Parts: sequence; C-alpha cells; structure tokens
Amino acid sequence: MAQPQLTSMQRVLTTLSHKEPDRVPLFLLLTMHGAKELGISIKEYFSKAEYVVEGQLRMLKKYRHDCLYNFYYAPLEVEAWGADVIFREDCPPNSGAPFIRKADQIKSLRPPSVKGSRVLQKTLESGRSLKAAVGDTVPIIGVVMSPFSLPVMQMGFDKYLELIFEEPALFERLMEVNEAFCIEWANAQLASGVTAIVYFDPVSSSSIIPRETFMRTGFNVARRVIPRIKGPVAMHFASERCLPMADVLPDTGALAVGVSSMECLAALKKAYGGKMALVGNLNGIEMRTWNAAAATNAVRDAIAKGGAGGGFILSDNHGEIPWQVPEQTLLAISEAAHTLGRYPLAIADNNAA
Amino acid sequence: MSSVVNRFKNALLSLDNIKAREIILEVINQATPEAASVTIEELIYRSMSDIGEGWENDAVTLAQVYMSGRICETLMLDLFPEIGAESGKGPKMAITVLDDFHLLGKRIVKSILISNGFHLLDYGTTNVEQLVERVKKDGIQILLISVLMLPSALRIKELRKALTAAGLRPYIVVGGAPFRFDRNLYLEVGADATGAHAADAVGIVKGIISTETQWHSHN
Repeated sequence: MAQPQLTSMQRVLTTLSHKEPDRVPLFLLLTMHGAKELGISIKEYFSKAEYVVEGQLRMLKKYRHDCLYNFYYAPLEVEAWGADVIFREDCPPNSGAPFIRKADQIKSLRPPSVKGSRVLQKTLESGRSLKAAVGDTVPIIGVVMSPFSLPVMQMGFDKYLELIFEEPALFERLMEVNEAFCIEWANAQLASGVTAIVYFDPVSSSSIIPRETFMRTGFNVARRVIPRIKGPVAMHFASERCLPMADVLPDTGALAVGVSSMECLAALKKAYGGKMALVGNLNGIEMRTWNAAAATNAVRDAIAKGGAGGGFILSDNHGEIPWQVPEQTLLAISEAAHTLGRYPLAIADNNAA
Repeated sequence: MSSVVNRFKNALLSLDNIKAREIILEVINQATPEAASVTIEELIYRSMSDIGEGWENDAVTLAQVYMSGRICETLMLDLFPEIGAESGKGPKMAITVLDDFHLLGKRIVKSILISNGFHLLDYGTTNVEQLVERVKKDGIQILLISVLMLPSALRIKELRKALTAAGLRPYIVVGGAPFRFDRNLYLEVGADATGAHAADAVGIVKGIISTETQWHSHN
C-alpha cells in the first residue's frame, strides 16, 4: 500500500535512517540556476543573500525537489581568507591565484574570523532567511570545504601534494589551522538554521590519494572534525570515487556520502548499505545533453540500483549542477523522480545479482 | 612488462626517487642484459602509461601520477640538462590551461612530455584571445589544453573558431575532467584528440608527428 505523502524533511530523515519513505528524495543541487530565475548575472546573484534566498525558493517550487541549497560557490571560504574570486557569465565562480605562495607562510597562517567576514555572514543571513521561509519542512543544506581539501585553493594542487608527501610538519600545521576554521564555520551555519552540512573532500577520494596516505591524513582530519560539527554531515567527493573507502568512511561519523557516476551505484549500495546513505549519482556533465527520455532513463537506472530499502537520495554526482543544464532537463529529472521513485518501487535493477 | 620497467614503476608509485634514479642509471649504463633491453625513453613512457592506466582503473591515484611525473622530470633534467632546452627539432608545442587556475593536469602532462624528451612552451593560464595571439606568434603546431571546468572545455570551440578565422590550424589535444565524464566532448569542441590519462599525451603527440611530415603545410 502506498504511504501517505511526507514533507521533504520527513522524507529525507526516513531515508537517512535506511527506511523507505513515500518516494526517493530528490536533491537538485542547484546554485547558479537561481540567477537564471531572477534574470541577473551570476556575480550579481551571489552579491546579496536575498537573491540567493529568492532563487532557492523559486527553484524549490518549480522543480519540486527536497532541499534548499545554501551553497554559494567553492571559493567562498578562501575569499574569507583574502583570496580573489573570479566571476564569469557561464560557470561557477572560480578561485584566483593561490594566496599561500611559499610553504613557509603556513607557519604564521591564521584563520579568518567567521564573525568578521562579510561573505560568510552573507551566507549565514541567507541560511536564516531560508529557515524562516520553510521552518522544519524542507532540509537546508550548508557546505564546508574539508580542511584537507581546502589547500588546493589555498596553495595550488601541485604544491599541496608536494606538502603532503614532503613537508609533514607544515602539513600538520596547515590542518590544525584549517580544522579550527572548518568547525567554526560549519557550526555557525547550523546555528543560522541550516539542517545539515556537506563536507566536500575530493582530495580524500580513492582516485586522488593512496589509501595509506588517506588513512594518516584526510581520514584522521575527518575523524577529528566531523564529530565536532553539531549536526548531520554528508561527505562528498565531488565526482570522484569512494567505493574502496566503504570499510572506513562510516567511522568518520558522517551519515551520508556523495557518490560518483564513475562507480556502479549497485556496488556502492552493497558496500555502504545500512551504514551510510548514498547521494548521487547522475552525471552532471552528460546531463546538459539529455532529452526527456535520457533523463528518465538515467533516473530509472539510479533508482533501480540505489533506491531499495531507503538510504538513498537521488542527486547529481558532483554536488553542483552545471549552468549549461537546461530547465527542461531538470523538470524531466524531477518528473521521473516523482513517478519512478514512489515506494514500494516498481522498478528493480535488472543487472543485480 | 619487463621487470626493469616494473621495478621503475613501483619505485615511482612508492615515491622512491633514489631507487628510480638507480634504475635509470642501470639503463644508461646497460648494467644488466635486462637493463640494456630498454631505452630510457621506453622505460619512462611504459611506466607512466601503466601508471596512467592504473589511474583510469582506480588502481593508482592522481597524487601518485603527479608525483611520479615530477620524479621523472626532475631525474631527467638532472641527468640530461639539455632535454629542457629548445632543440629546434620536432613540432612546436605549447601547453596551457584555459580560463582557469587549476594547473595540476597541465603540470602532469608537461612533466611526462619533458621526461620523454619533448620540448614545449608553457603558457600558464590563458584566455581565447591571448591563446590565438601566442599560437600565431610562436608558430605552434600542437596545442595541449588542460581544463577542469565544463565551461572552459566548451570554450575550446570558440578557440578553434578564432584560430580558424586567423588562418591557423594547429592540432588541439585536450584533457581534463569534463572529457573523462563525456567521452565525445572533445569532438564537440573541435579538438583533434583527447587522452584518458596524462601519459596518453606522449602517444598522441607521437601519432601526430608520424602522420605529419610537412609541418609547414599544416599550419
């Protein structure tokens, strides 16, 4: 028998407890598309909290999905540290040149004050407004860059990898500074009304660093930081792989994990099932070329592989849908999720063992 | 795979630059029949190709790919300082990141090409307009472009159009995340080739060179 319709919050909480709600929750992790809704540039859109609030609320209504995404852009945090952010008309704001130019600068590095940062305060303001608008009916998702992945923007990826492998003392010092900032920033967002935090940590992915390095670096950082974040946390690897980490990732305390389209959702479900909910894994790059049929097929395939038993939120695989994905594709994804995602599921993974 | 290549690959994956140097010296000195059976170029190319394929299969990580390339580049420039200099032979090549500050992919490809004896100009981060000017000024025949963001990948289409309008037709070889997630994207943006991993750049460049005997008629 079909279940009564739940609020988005009830739907998400049910699936996070590895039970089947009324239908598979859908997170369309839309950021820049809010600017399209308001008919303004991406730069102007992110200049005021009220624009982000209006954009998120309009998209919630239009696409009938299950979250509000209080995420502005990846370099927001390094902007608070004093770095440049480069805005373009058709892509996410990008971090400018790294501000740690020599590893020695790490010795005297100090984190920014959340209270004193205009851009961070703006994000908290939109978090408060979104909470005022939806109360406890819709989860509001906030974002932090993990202390372990932030240095890619702080000092450049190549220099950071060299630091990890060749300068262990400076690496530990950088983690100490970044961890303090990350915890303060995550908790400030939760205090503003955000429901849960996505902990973006692509450098920890099994595609990026060897497991033994991960176990002594990114894993330890996550285990130190996530338990000190006073709310639910999802780890996300921004399109990169995480299947080989299924045996240890639940030990971080995170409740959910953002998964890649490069890995089989059925295999991920088997590995993480009952321990961490999966969020994913529609291919955001391919999505811009999908017609309605392709969108429906992708949704069907994902739900068939990931939906059974709950513990699954349908989403894109990167944590941000590209600007180039058109409205009609998003509507097609939403329609398919509403029809095909209803529990008990009528679709099953034909390839499942 | 011969055991000398395997040993070299394992030294790179363990980030053991001392062992890697010892193996290169074995090959230079033809210390054993096995070491004499490969050239240094083969040693590096085969090791890095295998490492690149390992990354594709999730058996090797990006950090290992980068650090391996860096070890190879450092060793080769140390043992053969002349390889970093412009020889005047071979195609005119340049590498760049388009509209972006994510430089790791470019750095890896550059290391691998230098380690294989190629010379190439490094344009750093550029935009379409700057790139057309530089390709024209330097007479570039093979242009390698690394991107991380989808819009940067799509901008290569504008670049191709602008190059054509300027009467230029260099080979464009592209790589980076958007091309991994959409295998046909390189054709859509007007590139000539893409690689699944950084070491593919060596094979692609060699392939282009083998088909082009008259570079002046191509450009």
